[in-house]
This record gives sequence, structure tokens and C-alpha cells, in this order.
Amino acid sequence: MPPLAEITQLIVFGVLALAVVVGALGVVMLPNIVYAAFLLGGVFLSVAGLYLMLNASFIAAAQILIYVGAVNVLILFAIMLVNKKEAMGASPGVGLRRVLSTGVCIGLFALLLRVAFSTPWATPGPAAIGEDAVIRLGEHFFSDYLLPFELASVLLLMAMIGAIVLARRDVLATDIGTGESVDQGLIEKARTPLLMEKP
Amino acid sequence: MSTAFTLDLETGFRGLLEAGGVSPGLSRLIWLPLPMLLVLVAAVVGVLVTVWLERKISAAVQQRIGPEYAGALGILQPLADGLKLLVKEDIVPARADGLLFTLGPVLVVVPVILSWLIVPFGQNLLISNVGVGIFLWVALSSIQPIGLLMSGYSSNNKYSLLGGLRAAAQSISYEIPLALAVLAVVMMTNSLSTVDIVDQQTGAGILSWNIWRQPVGFLIFWICALAECERLPFDLPEAEEELVAGYQTEYAGMKFALFYLGSYINLVLSALLVAVLYLGGWGFPLPVETLAGWLSQPIDAPLVQVITGSVGIVMTVLKAYVLVFTAILLRWTVPRVRIDQLLDFGWKFLLPIALVNLLVTAALKLAFPAVFGG
Repeated sequence: MPPLAEITQLIVFGVLALAVVVGALGVVMLPNIVYAAFLLGGVFLSVAGLYLMLNASFIAAAQILIYVGAVNVLILFAIMLVNKKEAMGASPGVGLRRVLSTGVCIGLFALLLRVAFSTPWATPGPAAIGEDAVIRLGEHFFSDYLLPFELASVLLLMAMIGAIVLARRDVLATDIGTGESVDQGLIEKARTPLLMEKP
Repeated sequence: MSTAFTLDLETGFRGLLEAGGVSPGLSRLIWLPLPMLLVLVAAVVGVLVTVWLERKISAAVQQRIGPEYAGALGILQPLADGLKLLVKEDIVPARADGLLFTLGPVLVVVPVILSWLIVPFGQNLLISNVGVGIFLWVALSSIQPIGLLMSGYSSNNKYSLLGGLRAAAQSISYEIPLALAVLAVVMMTNSLSTVDIVDQQTGAGILSWNIWRQPVGFLIFWICALAECERLPFDLPEAEEELVAGYQTEYAGMKFALFYLGSYINLVLSALLVAVLYLGGWGFPLPVETLAGWLSQPIDAPLVQVITGSVGIVMTVLKAYVLVFTAILLRWTVPRVRIDQLLDFGWKFLLPIALVNLLVTAALKLAFPAVFGG
């Protein structure tokens, strides 16, 4: 049984790692933004698979729920609502920008490699606690990680309020297109037929 | 709890093989695919039965007879449907995106089938008693909208794109109250595992089922499950009068069959999960231990074990199909809501109610730990 399990684990790890690397490269390099967004979902799924291999099944499920089910779906949703078919025009100095960004990325990669090879990793790590992980996570959230957890939620709340302020048009006094004054009441009443409003 | 149910097919099967001289590793390898195949077959047969029920019940609602000539009472009609879809020409529209067009239906079906992993038909009668159990289902069902968006986008058709967008919006909106309703049950159980959730409802038979302790949660879960399955009061993504057929407009043959199969598997799965979460899963309305006690039979005897196991499977499937019947009846008697009504209902009504339900459950759990799980 052990050899079977080990071989399976090795194959699965190879496939997942390949999917993450190739998928992530595709997200960055593909010119078609819709393909990039779908590949991003694939990368998130593969990362969830890696979590599963580390015996972190709760984290894996949470990764799928939040990153694939919410973040990626919303990204796709936004792309498809805009749905611009034409390719982006060539911005000035594209060649120089590409060279610069490649340089920065290779530098970062080299730095990460150096850290990965110079850190004395304690292998094998602590034994997996399996199904008790959910309980331990909960304990940490309500004790030593309480402040970061709450701060993250406050950050999300701020982002949400910001998005609502940007989306509600009554903050802008006049419509940019027509120059008429805009208020939220008119927008909300837009679903009643216009003909019936003037008696 | 009911540790008396120790009907364990895996040990029995592998014991049989190993007695025949097969190594433990090999016997495990032979055992592994069997439950998965069995559940896959069960899911497909469940779909065939549901399609037949849908045809017959819709006919009865509209005072027709329905399928009559394919087998007795038209029972072979779903098979004929499936065969027809199987041999139909598989068309990819010329201006569609072939790769995404093919991948879309697959992404819709695979998570639904994977979710059957956690449906228990008895104490040991499930593929895998995963610790994160019901959470895994919530997570997997959130992959589906990506497949719908993919097929809607790649069809290169306005109706398809609108259908895909509606499906995604609906799925995101109703996932939140759904998860909150599940969370209330999980809070009473102290576990995410589906087996533990059913175990916590055994003991006093029908009186200990979660539906009495979570009536609001039950309604929220059922409404959200119908919305996630895109069943009729909420079938906006494929509303025929508005969008032709939504995201599946351009699909034909086997790719359409995948959507069809996926939606019915999802319906049966949702009904099974309602049975597991709120209706006591495999539990008989009277505790089986009490019945065995009245008949003065030892609960551990092999024959009694087989009988209780069979009763468990029958009870789970029966409860699920009563719910499927309700869903079908709803589909053929209730008018469709508008998309803005649907989103309003999800965000402005169900979500606050689900939050209140969660808080009330937490308060009751603190006040009456004996009844609401300590």
C-alpha cells in the first residue's frame, strides 16, 4: 500500500504543480482577457488541490469557495458585462515596458529562489492534525489571530463602502454626458414608465 | 450515538478478497472504484426516474396522460430521450469558441457529481466520510457558475451570454443564505460531517429531526436549493419566453445532455441533502433500536443489520423523492419571478432572515444546550 500511495501522491503533485505554473504564466501572457480569467480559476483550483495534498482539507474547500466561487466569478462577471471585443491598442513604449517588467519579475524570482534554497526548512514538518484542523483554526481566530482577522474584515467593509459610494451616482451632482443634475431618486424611479409620470 | 449500525461493506468485501489470497494493497485498489461507480450509477438512475416523474406529473397537472407507449406507463421514455441525445449530431456553431464551448458543460457536471461523495445512505454507506463534509458541497457547488459563464460566453450569442450572466448572479446571491442555513445546522451538530449531522438527529425518531428545531432554516435552504438548481419559480437563466433557452441555446446532442443531466443530478442531490440536513437522513420515523427491542431482536445480529441498512437506504431515497415531487409540482404550478424580484428576494429578504436564524440558533444553543446541541 505505501508505494501505491506514494506514487499517486507524486503524480498528483507533478500534475498540480505543472497546472499552477503553466496556468499562472498563461494568466499573465495571454492577450485575451477572458482566457486569462478562466485560467486564473484553474490556477486557484490547482492551488486548492495542493492544499488538499497537505492534508488541509478545510483550507482547500475555503479556497474553492472564496477564490473560485466568489472572486473569479465576479472577475468574469465584470469582464463579460463590459464585453469589449476589440484588442487593446498598442500603448506607447510597449517594448521598453515589457523589458522592464520582465527584468523586475526575473529579479523577484531569483530572490525567491535564493530564499527557498538558503532557508533551513525543517522537513518533515509537524504532523498533520487532519480533521481537527477546523477546531484549531477557530481557536486561533478567536485568540492570538483575533486582531488581524478583525482588521481584515474592517478593510473589506471599507472597500465595500467605497465601492458603493463610487457606484451611487447621487454623489456626482451633474451627469457628465448631459449636464443635467442627477439624483438617486430619479435613477431608482426609472423602472416606472416615463409616460405615466407627467399627468 | 447509534454505534449499533456497523454494517461495513468495505471490511467485508476486502476480507473476502484477502481470504482468497489477494494482498491487502491490491484488495484496497479493487475496492476503491466500486463505491464511486455504484454512486455514479445511482445518480444516473435517479435522474432517469426524476425525468420520468417530471413527465408524468407535469402531464397530470395539465390533465394529459404523458408518455404511455415506451414501456409500461412510459417508464422507458427517459432512456429513449437519452439515446436520442446520444446519437444526435454534435454541433459547434461556426463563430463559437470551440474549446470553451466544450469545456463549459463539463465544468457544470463534474462538481455536481463530485458532491455525491458526501451523501450518506447509512452509517457506513457513503463514499467518504470527509471531515469538511457539507462545506465541501457548498464549495463545489460554487464552481458551477464558472461553467455556465463559460458556455454563455463561448456560444457567441446574446441570449446565451445573458443567460450565463443571470445564472452567475443568481448562484452568487443564493449561495450566501444557503450557507448560513447550513451553518445553523452545523452549529447544532458541532461537526461539518454529514454522518454526524444525521447521527445528531437519531435518538427520538421523527421528533428529533432538525426540521422541528430549524423550521425557518429548512424553508431558506429549500428555496435556495431550488434557486441553485434553477428550478421553476427561479429558472431565470433559461426563461424560455425571454431568453430562448439561456446559456444552453446553442447546445445540441451530448453537450446539451450534459446540462440536462447536470441539472437533474443537482435536483436529486439537493433533495438528498435536505433529507440529510433536516429530515433525519436514513432515520426511520421510529428509532430502529426501539423497533428491534419490541421484536426482541439483538440489533447487532447480521440479519437485523442488513434489514436496518436497507431501511436506511429506502428512507433516504423516499424522503428525497418526496422533496423531488414537491419541486416538480412547484415547477408546473407556480409562475416565474422577474430577475429583479429574484435578486431583491435573495438579498433583502432571505439574507437578513438567514442571519437572524443563525443568531437565534446560537442564542437557543446557549440557553438550552440539551435540545440545541451542547
